[in-house]
Amino acid sequence: MEQKTKINAEDGKQELVITREFDLPLELLFKAYVEPDIVEQWMGTKVLKLENKKYGSYQFETTDPKGNKHGFNGTIHEFVPNRKITRTFEMENTPFAVQLEFLEFETLTDDTSKLTMHVVYKSVAIRDQILQLPFAQSINMAHNRIQEIVNKLK
Amino acid sequence: MNLRRDVFQAIADPTRRAILLLVAAQSMTAGAIASNFDTARPTVSKHLQILTECELLKQEQNGREISYHINAKKMKEVANFIEPFRKMWDDRFNKLETIMKKYSR
Repeated sequence: MEQKTKINAEDGKQELVITREFDLPLELLFKAYVEPDIVEQWMGTKVLKLENKKYGSYQFETTDPKGNKHGFNGTIHEFVPNRKITRTFEMENTPFAVQLEFLEFETLTDDTSKLTMHVVYKSVAIRDQILQLPFAQSINMAHNRIQEIVNKLK
Repeated sequence: MNLRRDVFQAIADPTRRAILLLVAAQSMTAGAIASNFDTARPTVSKHLQILTECELLKQEQNGREISYHINAKKMKEVANFIEPFRKMWDDRFNKLETIMKKYSR
């Protein structure tokens, strides 16, 4: 099965590109990034602030199973409805430097749309560390086709 | 030829992914691999060269023929490295899609 979410992270580069096609019209995809109560639902985070405009900023907060709070924030540099959002993203109280995100939204058909998320990190090392974070966190890892085959070879 | 190949770029190509899936099932000669594609033989050879250079495939001399087999260790490394990150985003986006289907334009 073709994967809906794709990651392109070239070796030795300090950036990556996430692409995803949605069975949603463009307007609804964009709305999911704009309405705080909707962002809360799919990102699994509390939205403390979300100013959807140039010079605006946002602030999210998650609570882990131990009850510790983790803050995330950023500044919005470009906000073009149904087209693009350019923003920074920072994980507070972590060694990771702030990252720059270019989000582009496009129409595919009346009922489908595409998101391209281009993320630029401070260094290759930081990008690779962030890429490995979910690996460390995931307990119930889903196996993709290649892994299934590799497992059979063991 | 000895340039360091990018494994992620290597597996991003659909033909190369198809080659990996074929060879994962059983070791094959270049000719046998090429017979599975409509692409010209030199194109397939080029793909095999890239996959070999980034160590996803290993060559083995088999009499007069060279057969290719999969380097499971390298494949696992590549798949494991990126998959959980992709899965995290995939889960998020699936959730987004489910939530937004309840709304109308």
